[in-house]
Amino acid sequence: MTTQLTPAVAPSRRTAARRLSTRVGRVRELGIVVALALVVIPTAIVNPRFIQPQSLRDLLLNASIVALLAVGQTLVVITRNVDLSVGSVLGLSAFLTAQHFADNPGTPLVLGIGFGVAVGLACGLLNGLLVALGNVPSLVVTLGTLYVFRGVDYALAQGKQVNAANLPDALLNLGSSRVLGIPILVLVAVVVIVVAAVYLRSYRSGRELYAIGSNPEAATLAGIPVAKRTLTTFAVSGLIAGLAGALWVARYGTVDAAAGTGLELQVVAAVVVGGVAIFGGSGTVTGAALGALLLGTITSCLVVLQIPAFWQQAIAGALLLSAITVDRLLALRLAKALRTSEGTSHA
Amino acid sequence: MRNLLRWETALVFLLIVVALTGQVSTDGSFLSGGNLFYLGLDIGEIALIALPLTLVIVAGEIDLSVASVLGLSSALIGWLWNAGWSLETILPTVIVVGAVCGAVNGLLVTRLGLPSLAVTIGTLALYRGLALVVLGDTAVADFPASYTSFGTTPLPGTDIPYPIVLAAILAVLFGVALHASSFGRSVYAIGSNEEGARFSGIRVKRVKLSLFVLAGAVAAIAGIVYTFRFSSARADNGVGLELAVVAAVLLGGVSIFGGKGSLFGVLAGVLLLGGLRNLLILQDTSTEVLTIVTGLLLLVSVLAPSVTRRVGSLRKAAP
Repeated sequence: MTTQLTPAVAPSRRTAARRLSTRVGRVRELGIVVALALVVIPTAIVNPRFIQPQSLRDLLLNASIVALLAVGQTLVVITRNVDLSVGSVLGLSAFLTAQHFADNPGTPLVLGIGFGVAVGLACGLLNGLLVALGNVPSLVVTLGTLYVFRGVDYALAQGKQVNAANLPDALLNLGSSRVLGIPILVLVAVVVIVVAAVYLRSYRSGRELYAIGSNPEAATLAGIPVAKRTLTTFAVSGLIAGLAGALWVARYGTVDAAAGTGLELQVVAAVVVGGVAIFGGSGTVTGAALGALLLGTITSCLVVLQIPAFWQQAIAGALLLSAITVDRLLALRLAKALRTSEGTSHA
Repeated sequence: MRNLLRWETALVFLLIVVALTGQVSTDGSFLSGGNLFYLGLDIGEIALIALPLTLVIVAGEIDLSVASVLGLSSALIGWLWNAGWSLETILPTVIVVGAVCGAVNGLLVTRLGLPSLAVTIGTLALYRGLALVVLGDTAVADFPASYTSFGTTPLPGTDIPYPIVLAAILAVLFGVALHASSFGRSVYAIGSNEEGARFSGIRVKRVKLSLFVLAGAVAAIAGIVYTFRFSSARADNGVGLELAVVAAVLLGGVSIFGGKGSLFGVLAGVLLLGGLRNLLILQDTSTEVLTIVTGLLLLVSVLAPSVTRRVGSLRKAAP
């Protein structure tokens, strides 16, 4: 039945099914927005100060670094890979950037941040080369480089830390100042999200990432340069982690070698909550960024509602599990709907 | 198969190199009974958890929540002890709770068809979170010496620490289960071709579920060992240990795609990592070097088969 070409006699049913699938895709992002509302509104009723501009700004500011990393991770996960090294890349980039600024007090802001980005790019290229050319699973490669990058970070830091006093004011201002009331870090994150979203939506190579993730073999046969694209996604993920590291310095001021330890799991959680399938082929950066915002918001709400901090992690975990469960159930529904509509078209 | 054997031979060879280097560079104290005792203590929990995790990975799944189950089990021991329970009742309870944690993972993976990587990242946070809920940031340390001495004294008349005795017994059981039973054959079958396994009548879901339950139960046992070894029940015991265990298993030659690997290789992998760590500590090398070495070993272990394959195919292609 399914091996036959679908005849053109029932185009309306097919488009109906396709429309359903797009709608479910949209519902996924809408679902996160609804979840955000469900979290924010009760908190705001209990404590109206929660929705004052200042606390909303803090909310966005706290989520922006994880959201950035989630964008890079989305590109990687869409191609059916994973980058577990992002926390370590962020840590390495953050420390090296801070040290660079501290050692060379006259460094222009852009150059210093560019240095951090370059560190991240180098790490990402290494990951990408190992995965694409070494032909080894990315989970293992990036688990290995998670250790290596963090180890290099500690070895270079030698137990020292860079304090805000040694950093240029321009950098620290970047972490705290605002344009039109919106923190600059948030704007940077939004720009990166928009660029990545447009790329994935409207560019040929962006669409090819989905093709690779849906079916790597078919993608190869269709002439897509799988190795090259894979290398690029890891390079971009590293680059973004490098940028996030530099911004981490701007935001927190004091940096030691432990910056961003364990962040990789938060990022993967945000991506999964945001509806990016862990086995590749579907998902959007907007969803992933919203996932990061949702996780960050929940943490803040728990603080505002004076729920003991000890509950936060358990709730975050339960949320992640329910997100993937709901996702799965929706996907099963959708598959069923698609099957029935195709089945009737043959009748 | 030949590739696999080669990797295990390489591991044993590396082990001998580490042992000899250690012996020479430390003037013979590396292989002394006292040092081996500490080496054994150091790798106890990793060796324990690596056993069921090997089976899970051979079956083509992964469990990243094991270290959190260890933490939850440790926190529960402290909480129940504070509540006045006797250790004779606490320990079985904790193991059952660990098995339940594993069953939750297994049910989500087998019944809902969710990817185990995503599920166990979720339960990694959930179980660690529950540990924090149970015990907060307090530590419970007033356990009777008769129990904590298990973690600090060797088996009478030898230099073998008790956790290693436990790991050895379990290793034999798991070894027989994986390599000499129909259950083990079905684990390999599932890992190499799940659909094929289902069509040949293997109850795939049931086998996978039992593997997750085993992983949970053994992780809880590791939690008991950890708690008594440091004589301290804390919610954050063993944070991040999951990556070390996964690294050891993969270093032992188990394929992350499932279907390949042996328990012997994994034990060699655990020993190699532990031995290197111990050697570097004896030589006052900083721990960061150790982190780098762990990562590099892991990378080499996955790159080596791929490189040999490539060289092999090149040789075949040459006239």
